[in-house]
Amino acid sequence: MEEIQSLMQGFAIALSPKNVLLMFAGVILGVIIGVLPGLGGANGVAILLPLTFSMAQSPGGTTSAIILLSCIYWGALFGGAITSILFNIPGEPWSVATTFDGYPLAQKGRAGEALTAAFTSSFIGALVAVIMITFLSPVIARFALEFGPPEFFAVYLLTFCAFVGMSKEPPFKTIAAMMLGFALAAVGTDPVTGTLRLTFGQTHLLSGFDFLVAVIGLFGIGEILLTLEEGLEFRGTKAKMNMRVVLDTWKELPRYWLTSIRSSAVGCFMGIVPGGATPASFMSYGVARRFSKDGDRFGTGMVEGVVAPETAAHAAGTSALLPMLTLGVPGSPTAAVLLGGLLIWGLQPGPLLFVEQKDFVWGLIASMYLGNIAGLIVVLTCVPLFAAILRIPFAVVAPVIMVICAIGAYTVHNSIFDVWMMIVFGVIGYVFKKLNYPLAPLVLAIVLGDRAEASFRQAMLVSQGEMSIFFSTPLVGGLTGLALFLLLWPVVSAGLARMKRA
Amino acid sequence: MTEETGAKAAIKTRTMEIAAAVFILICGAIVIYDSARLGAKWGEDGPEAGYFPFYIGAILCIAGVVNMVTAFVAARRDDSNFVELRALKLVFSVLIPTAVYTALISPLGLYLASTIFIAFFMRWLGKYEWWLVALVSIGNSVVFFVIFEVWFKIPLPKGPLEAALGLN
Amino acid sequence: MNTKLVKCVRVAIGVVALAVAGMAQAWEPTKTVEFIVPAGTGGGADQMARIVQSIVAKHNLMKQSMVVVNKGGGAGAEGFLDLKGAKGDPHKIIITLSNLFTTPLATGVPFNWRDLTPVQMMALDQFVLWVNAETPYKTSKDFINAAKARSGDQLKRFKMAGTGSKQEDQIITVAIEQQTGIKFTYIPFKGGGDVAVQLVGKHADSTVNNPIEAVAQWRAGKLRPLCVFDPKRIPYKAKVTDTMAWSDIPTCKEQGLDVDYLMLRGIFMASGVSPDQVQYYIDLLKKVRETPEWKDFMEKGAFNQTALAGKEYADWVAKEEARHVMLMKAAGFIASGK
Repeated sequence: MEEIQSLMQGFAIALSPKNVLLMFAGVILGVIIGVLPGLGGANGVAILLPLTFSMAQSPGGTTSAIILLSCIYWGALFGGAITSILFNIPGEPWSVATTFDGYPLAQKGRAGEALTAAFTSSFIGALVAVIMITFLSPVIARFALEFGPPEFFAVYLLTFCAFVGMSKEPPFKTIAAMMLGFALAAVGTDPVTGTLRLTFGQTHLLSGFDFLVAVIGLFGIGEILLTLEEGLEFRGTKAKMNMRVVLDTWKELPRYWLTSIRSSAVGCFMGIVPGGATPASFMSYGVARRFSKDGDRFGTGMVEGVVAPETAAHAAGTSALLPMLTLGVPGSPTAAVLLGGLLIWGLQPGPLLFVEQKDFVWGLIASMYLGNIAGLIVVLTCVPLFAAILRIPFAVVAPVIMVICAIGAYTVHNSIFDVWMMIVFGVIGYVFKKLNYPLAPLVLAIVLGDRAEASFRQAMLVSQGEMSIFFSTPLVGGLTGLALFLLLWPVVSAGLARMKRA
Repeated sequence: MTEETGAKAAIKTRTMEIAAAVFILICGAIVIYDSARLGAKWGEDGPEAGYFPFYIGAILCIAGVVNMVTAFVAARRDDSNFVELRALKLVFSVLIPTAVYTALISPLGLYLASTIFIAFFMRWLGKYEWWLVALVSIGNSVVFFVIFEVWFKIPLPKGPLEAALGLN
Repeated sequence: MNTKLVKCVRVAIGVVALAVAGMAQAWEPTKTVEFIVPAGTGGGADQMARIVQSIVAKHNLMKQSMVVVNKGGGAGAEGFLDLKGAKGDPHKIIITLSNLFTTPLATGVPFNWRDLTPVQMMALDQFVLWVNAETPYKTSKDFINAAKARSGDQLKRFKMAGTGSKQEDQIITVAIEQQTGIKFTYIPFKGGGDVAVQLVGKHADSTVNNPIEAVAQWRAGKLRPLCVFDPKRIPYKAKVTDTMAWSDIPTCKEQGLDVDYLMLRGIFMASGVSPDQVQYYIDLLKKVRETPEWKDFMEKGAFNQTALAGKEYADWVAKEEARHVMLMKAAGFIASGK
């Protein structure tokens, strides 16, 4: 129970009035960052690094500094869901899966419910991850070392197979959409040979198509165009605007306990590996859809479809800090900047951090608990406020959203070209949605395409072209097997059902 | 794509289906072309740079052809409209100003362009009073300026106005 | 009353005079300076840029602020092309890594360091040959003999993990191969941290990580340094682990492996800027290098603190470019059509 004692000391450090103040400031900044797609969490953290640099020089200051920065990170994790639910525009990559059911809920006038469910699940996901970090960090750090290229590929394959199953859309449209995503992911530098692919000498294409640009266009702009057809207003304007909605939703949430547990597990696993929060949210959504008894109603506005991705994203985002601290491997761009921060303040992330910098580590872990509580309080009290945004007339909100989207697309690579691409993606999103081409597989392919390909080819280099490497150890074999099982599950279950009937 | 054809009459769903299939086919062809240039074989230590893209392109082409055939077959029965003229006009009423806005970002700077864009939208589609239009459009840009430039130090494109005000 | 007025006037004159003198004296940035990093967030170049930014902000070295902008697309080509296109813009500086030379050669993207103005070399980054601490190899000789024994069979070759493709890590790997006749299987990863972890997890047999990327694992007893690819030993004598300091790592040359490689961490500006403007940044960076924070960072990362400016710097870069052309040609990394 050494951990509990250290944790209590950590709480004592984190609970100083100054640190609590920093916590709330960080969370609020983070929420703003999460809402505006132009301000990535990485951006926000990076900008504040110099500020914390002088902070870190005072005694105990490193703890304060990391509390401020990590709370921005929590805030951004919370905030990403807001625009996803209200406008179908993911503020952060990991909230794309939240749009699938969150936005339909908002359209039905249940935005308050969706927001509450999203925030609460985020909190639960983070809590599970922090508890795991508190008690199991040495074991987990060792587990992460097991992951080489074939294991990474198996994880990506698993994500894909968990998400893509039988869909209602025509199969060849699903395939076309997915392949389009893979093709877009391949643009830019080939990760293994370093040659340029599909760039045709265009400077703008050197860095490839960014996920965020595609998503803002396909989902955000595409949705605005669709909304326009039905006249100049948003649906869902009758959203409830008082705090009762929070309590009412809370009464309903315990029903999804199984989804929460599953999603937390998926999220923690993906965070540790580290596979990232975005794949985690997709995987969790796919798994929930598959095993829920209302699975076929997913996508039409199910609270469960908000709970699953949000829990996993936050659990992954939180547990990703563990490989960062113990191995020095960042699980996300934001974590990468945090990592840089540690180095700048003179801390060396690595196996010895937990031994040499006890105060700092436990202060940070304590702030994970407290920061998430602070975050939950901040965002929940704002639920009515967020829901009220939907009451602002379309002619005011639409152009403001367009401007936010344009800024978001611009800041990815600081280029106007990306803004044009966003508009093109918007038109594609609009047309595809009307023609029943599914957008989710396209987006997932952009997220996973190049990473999966890189891991696959690294694995091939290791094995010199032998595919058997994907079954060479129990771990990688288990992951690959599970992926194939999930892929074939719809066929198997359909067969079983037929046999039962016969 | 083929919105241009809808200037006079609404677009039929089948036209759009075929257009989308052609679009996918073209994408597939482009991908195959460049992958072949890079080398699309399975080398002795795993796939070459163009191996995966080549097959992605090939599958894109197949999917495009299948979708096109399906659209042609379905076309005999399906006579629905992809979009009606009235709705199409609304869509373009946002799409064109947005394109103009994007084109204006470079010469005018993002903040001025955004102000004009929002003001135009509110006045033209919302028919709001001028004072409210001014308040929202200018206020929005000021808020964004403070958040991005002052607070987070993320430089967004600026133009002559910011230069004149000494803000860049 | 009167004297007061006189005083006021005097002060006012003084202020104006100072301001005028200031203007005549030197150029200064008139708006926010963009510090471009031609690589992603979290890497070595990014860290150094953010350190510089932090030091400038903390010690108030510049009136305007400095922002770090990552433009890592196309192995850094995005950042370099951005600066190439910003002719005469004194408000953009860029920090380079070896991709200044390798990217145009390997990808054929049209840029060259001559499209930029060299400002200041900040430091040189070291490369160290690392193996997992559980392996029996204590010297680079042991390692090379073992690697040689397994070179024949493609499946059993030593796996060298490194950052990126056809960049510094792979160049060193090929140089070792050519020097010793052994064969490695080179596996490219995205970042230096990943590479170190792959070695700790025994998914690779060796790496040529920069010190800062592997030091944490070294201190924890997970990795073992065999030799450093610098003609001279690293000068830092403070103990890093219980028994060893950076200076205790032998050079590869001492051990009979005649390969040396150092990576440039230097600052450039766009072409067509005035000497005044270049001088401003040279002075600024000089102040940065004199701070205790910078010295601390140099020691932590075991950097080679060579810092050249002006013509010396340009000559150094030209020499290094020629060397890269030679190394890349020998390795067969030059893009076709170049």
